[in-house]
Amino acid sequence: MKAFTYERAGSAADAAAKVASTPNAKFIAGGTNLLDLMKIEVETPQHLVEVNGLGFDKIEATPEGGLRIGALVRNTNLASDARVRRDYGVLSRAIVAGASGQLRNKATTAGNLLQRTRCPYFYDTNQPCNKRQAGSGCAAIGGYSRQLAIIGTSDACIATYPGDMAVAMRVLDAQVETIDARGQARVIPIADFHRLPGTTPRIETALAPGELITAVTLPKPIGGQHFYEKVRDRASYAFALVSVAAVIQKDGSGRVALGGVAHKPWRVEAAEAQMPAGSRAVAAQLLAGARPTRDNAFKVPLAERTLAAVMNEARAA
Amino acid sequence: MKFDTPAGTNPIDRMKVVGKPLDRIDGPAKTTGMAPYAYEHHREAPNAAYGYIVGAAIAKGRISSMNVADAKAAPGVLAVVTASEAGKLGKGKYNTAKLLGGPEIDHYHQAIAVVVAETFEQARAAAGLVRVSYARATGRFDLEEALKTAPLASGSQDTPPKPDRVGDFEQAFAAAPVKLDARYTTPDHSHAMMEPFASIAAWEGDRLNVWTSNQMIDWGRTDLATTLGMPKEKIRFMSPYVGGGFGGKLFLRTDAVMAALGAKAAGRPVKVAMSRPFLMNNTTHRPATRQRIRIGANRDGKITAIAHESGSGDLPNGRPETAVTQTRLLYAGANRLTSLRLAVLDLPEGNSMRAPGEAPGMMALEVAMDEMAETLGLDPVEFRIRNDTQVDPAKPERRFSQRNLVRCLREGADRFGWTRRNAQPAQVSDGRWLVGMGVAAAFRNHVSLPSGARVRLGQDGIVTVETDMTDIGTGSYTIIAQTAAEMMGLPIERVVVKLGDSSFPVSSGSGGQFGAGSSTSGVYAACVKLRDAVAQRLGYSSADAVFDGGKVRSGNRSTDLAEAARAGELVVEDTMEWGDLDKTYQQSTFGAHFVEVGVDRFTGMIRIRRMLAVAEAGRILNPKSARSQMIGAMTMGVGGALMEELAVDKRFGFFVNHDLAGYEVPVHADIPHQEVIFLEEVDPTVSPMKAKGIGELGLCGVGAAVANAVYNATGVRVRDYPVTLDKHLDRLPAVA
Repeated sequence: MKAFTYERAGSAADAAAKVASTPNAKFIAGGTNLLDLMKIEVETPQHLVEVNGLGFDKIEATPEGGLRIGALVRNTNLASDARVRRDYGVLSRAIVAGASGQLRNKATTAGNLLQRTRCPYFYDTNQPCNKRQAGSGCAAIGGYSRQLAIIGTSDACIATYPGDMAVAMRVLDAQVETIDARGQARVIPIADFHRLPGTTPRIETALAPGELITAVTLPKPIGGQHFYEKVRDRASYAFALVSVAAVIQKDGSGRVALGGVAHKPWRVEAAEAQMPAGSRAVAAQLLAGARPTRDNAFKVPLAERTLAAVMNEARAA
Repeated sequence: MKFDTPAGTNPIDRMKVVGKPLDRIDGPAKTTGMAPYAYEHHREAPNAAYGYIVGAAIAKGRISSMNVADAKAAPGVLAVVTASEAGKLGKGKYNTAKLLGGPEIDHYHQAIAVVVAETFEQARAAAGLVRVSYARATGRFDLEEALKTAPLASGSQDTPPKPDRVGDFEQAFAAAPVKLDARYTTPDHSHAMMEPFASIAAWEGDRLNVWTSNQMIDWGRTDLATTLGMPKEKIRFMSPYVGGGFGGKLFLRTDAVMAALGAKAAGRPVKVAMSRPFLMNNTTHRPATRQRIRIGANRDGKITAIAHESGSGDLPNGRPETAVTQTRLLYAGANRLTSLRLAVLDLPEGNSMRAPGEAPGMMALEVAMDEMAETLGLDPVEFRIRNDTQVDPAKPERRFSQRNLVRCLREGADRFGWTRRNAQPAQVSDGRWLVGMGVAAAFRNHVSLPSGARVRLGQDGIVTVETDMTDIGTGSYTIIAQTAAEMMGLPIERVVVKLGDSSFPVSSGSGGQFGAGSSTSGVYAACVKLRDAVAQRLGYSSADAVFDGGKVRSGNRSTDLAEAARAGELVVEDTMEWGDLDKTYQQSTFGAHFVEVGVDRFTGMIRIRRMLAVAEAGRILNPKSARSQMIGAMTMGVGGALMEELAVDKRFGFFVNHDLAGYEVPVHADIPHQEVIFLEEVDPTVSPMKAKGIGELGLCGVGAAVANAVYNATGVRVRDYPVTLDKHLDRLPAVA
C-alpha cells in the first residue's frame, strides 16, 4: 500500500470538488473493495476523501411511487428494508446472495455499484493487465478464464463485473444520481452506468472524474415474481459463475438480466420479447454474439439453463 | 522406552480420563485471545520491527538487476536484505527450493528480499519500491506434457524407482472377464490453513530465538540452523500454538529465515507474516496427479488384477506424490502393479498436504471401485466387502494388526440408510434436485515416530509435561494432559502441558496422523519413569503401586502423590522408541464414508446433503477432538471433491487463483450435516496407548464418496477433480 493523504468532506459537492481537484484522488465509504486493492497496490490513490457522514443514508419514497436509496445506505440495511423486500424482492435477494454478513454491514450502495473486477490477473501486479496498466496487455486472454466474461468482451479485456446488486438494479431500471465538482446533479440510467471494456478497460463507468454518486432511485414497483438465481461452486461467499435476475409477470412476460457474463450487468431488452417462447429463445438472443473462451464456454448453456430454472419456477408458482 | 512387544494391560486401560470427550484444555486461552500465536509474542520480543517479503515476479530465470535504493530510503525502513546481502545460506534438508532466491529464480513468488521497517505499513510500502529486472528462462509448467517423458520414481529413499509388482498383472488383467481401465486427475491443492505463515526472530548475541508457526519443532530448528550456517543448539525454536498447518507447516519456510536475517540486519527483533496472495505460490502445495487405474475381476466380483499408476511433478530434486500406496494394501487380488512417475516442473514446490499420497490416491481408486462395482452389477458396498483382505496382499504372512473395514462399511450402510439408494443413477429427485448417494472406503496407514517428553511432579502435586510436540488445532494439549492424568492418577486439572519449544524433549511433532499416538506414547514412557521415581521416594514397590485419585496406594498404605515431591520436584524424561511390530503387522486405519448430494437438474450445481463416516483407528483418546478431526477432514474432502484447484497458468508458470476468493474452500453453508461413528476397539500392537491416528483418515476416500454420489445423482461420471458443474452440464438431461 502506498502512503496517501486523507480528509473528510463537508458536503457532497465539497467531496466532488476535492476529488476533482486533487491528482489521483478517490472517494472512500465502506472501503471493502478499495482497501483490499490498495494493500496489493492495484489501487494506488494519493488522496482519499471520506464521504461517510454526509447523509445519503436513507431510503425514501419518491413522488413517482418508487424509492430513492441513499448512496451510503449499507447493503444489509437495503436488503432488509421492508419496502425493498415487498416491492423489489429481486434486489433484496441479489444483495444477500453476495459477499458475507460482515461485508454487507460495511459496504454501501454506491460502493457496491463500483466494485472492480475479480479477474485474478487484475489482482496480480506482476501480470499484464490493460485495466490496471493501459497497453500492458491482457494476461487473462489465453490464460485461466473460467470466471471471466463471455460477451461484450474485447481484445483488450475479458473481465467481468463481479457484483450482484447491480444486476438486480438493471432489471429494475434503476437510475444513478450523481453530483459533480461544480455541484451539478445528473441522472444516469443504470443501463448506461457500466461500460464495456472496448479499448479502454480502465474506464468502467460513465462517471466523470470527481463525480460522486448520491443515490440510486428505483421506479415504482412493477409487480411480478422476483428471482435472483446465483450459480456458483461454493454455496456462499463466492462470485457468480452466472446469475440471473428476473421479474416475471403472470402472463409470462418479464425482464431478465445476467451477472457473471460480461463487463457489466447484461440485459438485452429485445430478448425479453421472447419470454413466452421459452428460455432457449431468450438466451439465444440475450447471448447472441457471445465469444467465450475454452475455460468458460460452459457459461453459455449454463445461463440458458439457469434462466430455464427461473422461468420454470415462475410457471409453477 | 522401547515398544517392541504388543501392549498388555496398563494404567491407560482404566480409561478414567483417556477416552473421555473432554473439552480442550487450551480452549479458554484461545477463546479469550490469551493463547499467543506466532505473530503475537509481543511480551517475549518487545519492540519488534516488521519485515515484509518481496517475491519473485517470474517463475523461472534470473534477476538481472535489483535496485533497493528507493526502498532503503523510504520512511521507517531499517534494512533491506537480499541474497547478495545475506551471504551464503544453506538449504534445509526438507526444503527443495531455496528460501531466499536470487539471482537464480526457481519458482514464482520465491522470496528475493525482505524489507524491515518500523511499521508493517512502512515495510509493505517500501517492499513495493524494490525494483527488479529479470531475464526470463523457459520453464516447464505443463504436467501433462512433462509426464510424457518423466522417469519412474520411488516413494521413499529406501526403495529403487521401479514398479511394485505382485504376481503377473498384465496376464491376469488380460484374462479377466470384467475390466476397468480409467484415468483420473487431481489438481494442485493449497493447504489454506487459517493462520498464515508467520515468525518473530530475536537475536541475543549469537543466539537466536524464533517464535513461529510450525508442526515439527526439531525439523524446523535443524533446517533453520543449516540455512543460517549456525549450530542448532544456539537456536530456540518455539511454536506453542498453530492455527492450522495441514502439512504446509511441516517444514521451515521463508518467514522464519527472513525474520532471522531481518533481525540481524536491523539489530532488533523482527516479525514477518506472509500475506495470503503471496503464500500460495511461495510455500508448498499438494501436487496434481495424473492417475491410471486398471482393475480386472471375475464375474463373482473377486479382483484378480489391480494396477494403479500415478504421475506428478515437482521442482528438480523434488518428491513424487505417492498416490498409489493404499492400492498395495486396500483390496485383495493376486496380481498387482503400482508405480509412480515424477516429472520436473518449475511450478512452486510440491510437498505433503494432509494425507499425502492417500488423499489424491483414494480420490481415484475409490471412484474406480465404484465404476467396477457398477460394471459387475454389484452394490459398491458389497463389492468392497467381497475384496476385503486381512493380510498384506504382497506378503500374506503379514496380517493387519486390526482391520474392520467390513464392519465400517456395514455399520455405515446401516446407519446411512444405504438400502434406499437406487443403483440405477439419475432416478431420484427432490424438486429441482437430482439426489444421489455415494460410498467409499477410508484408509490411511499408521505411522509411529520416536517421541520424547519430560514430566515434573511439583511440590504442589501438579504434574507438568514438557515436550516439543505441537498442537496444530488438533487437540494435542488435551490428549497429552489426559495421558499424564491417567498415568499419574490425577484429575486433568492437576496436569499442566507445555508444548512447541525446542528446549523440551524432541517429540514426533504433528503430521502424517502420527502425532497423537506417538506423542502420547512418549508421555506414557516418561510417566512410567515418574511413577518409578515416585514409588522409590515413597518407599513403595513400583510394581505394586496404584496411582489413583491423587494418591499412591499399595496394599493398605496410601500417600498423597504430592508427598513424593515434598523433598523437591521430581523430574524425569524419556523417549518412546519403536521396535519392528510395524513390520510384523501391517498397521493401518480404516473407515467408510457415505455421502448424499443434490445436483440441480437445471444448473448442474452440486450441494452436499449429508455425510456419515465410520472410522476405525484403535483407541479413541478423546472422542470430542477426534470427531473434530474427522468432520474437519470430511469438510476438506468436500473442498477437494467439489471446488479446490490451484489453477496453473502454463504460460507464466504460477498458480493464478492465489487468494481465498479465487481458491475456494468450503464454507458452513456447504456442509449441512455430518455424522461420525468410531468403532470401539484397541490396537495393542501399535503402542501402549493402543491408539492410532485419526487426523488424516477422515480425508481419505471422502472425495470419492462425493464424486460417486454425484454420479449416482446424474449418471454422468466425472473423473477430473474438482467435480464442478461445467464438467457434467452438457451431459445432464435437457431442460426447457
